[in-house]
Amino acid sequence: MSVLGIYNELNTYLVIGAVLFGMGIYGMVTRRTLIGMLIASELVLAGSSVNFMAFNRFTAPDPVTGQVFALFIMAIAAAEAAIGLSIIIAVYGHFKSIDAEDTAQLKG
Amino acid sequence: MNPSTLASPTLLSVDGLVGVVFLIMVAITIIGGLIACNSDRLVRSVAGLVVCFIGVAGLYFFLNSPFVAMMQILIYVGAVAVTISFAIMLAAPEENKKIGPPSILAGPLGFATAALITGGFTVLALKTEWHVYKKLNDGSMKTIGLQLLTDYSMVFEVVSIVLLIAILGALVIAREGRDN
Repeated sequence: MSVLGIYNELNTYLVIGAVLFGMGIYGMVTRRTLIGMLIASELVLAGSSVNFMAFNRFTAPDPVTGQVFALFIMAIAAAEAAIGLSIIIAVYGHFKSIDAEDTAQLKG
Repeated sequence: MNPSTLASPTLLSVDGLVGVVFLIMVAITIIGGLIACNSDRLVRSVAGLVVCFIGVAGLYFFLNSPFVAMMQILIYVGAVAVTISFAIMLAAPEENKKIGPPSILAGPLGFATAALITGGFTVLALKTEWHVYKKLNDGSMKTIGLQLLTDYSMVFEVVSIVLLIAILGALVIAREGRDN
C-alpha cells in the first residue's frame, strides 16, 4: 500500500480524527480566553465527526446513520456556539474581560 | 479495506491524483488546526479554524458524502466562524494585553495530555480488527432525506426545538445589561 492509496483506508481517517481531537484538547488546556476555548472545542467536535463519518463509510451496515449523526453534531455545535458566545458577551459586559482567570466568581 | 485497491497507484493515474488531492486535504486540515490552537491573536485562530473546516469538508467528500461536506461548509465556515468573529469584535478589544504571564506548566501539560489522548486513540484504532458489514443502501442524499423524515423524525424535531431554544436563549442572555 503506497502513500497515495491511503484515502481508502479506515485507519487513516481514524488517525486524522484523533489528531484533530488532540489539537482541540491542547487548545482547551493552553488557551486563556473563553473564545479560544470555544474554538478548541469546535476542533474536538470536528474530530469526533470525522470518526463517525469514517465508520459510516467503511464498516456501518446503514450508510445513512453516520451522516445523520454528523448533521446533528453540526446542529448541536451551532447551538453551543450561539449560547457560548452570548454568555461570553454577557460576561464581557460584566467583567470587562474574557480572560478565564479573571472571571472566577459566580456572584453576578 | 478493499482488496482491489491494494495495488499501489502511480502518481499520474487517476487513483494517484486522487491520492494527491487527499494528501493536500489532510495537510490543509492539520495546518488549519495547528493555526487554530496555537496562534496568539484570536482572529487568526478563527481563520485557522475556517481553513481546518474546509479541509474536513474535503475529507467528507472522500468519505462518499458530498451532502455532509456541503453542510460542513455552509454551517461551520458560513455561520459558526462568522458568529465567532462577531464575538471577537464585540468582546475582545484588548487582544495584546496579557493579564499576567501564562503558567509555565500549561504548555507542556497540555501537549502531554493531547499527545497521550491522540496516541491512545491511534493505537486503539490500529490494533482493533474492525468488522465490515454489507451495506443496506447507497447512502445518497435522497436516502438521507427519506430517513431523516421517517426513521429519525423524532430526533429531527428535538434538534429543531433545541436550535429554537438556543436562538431565544442567546438573544435573552446577550440582551441583558444593554439597558444601563
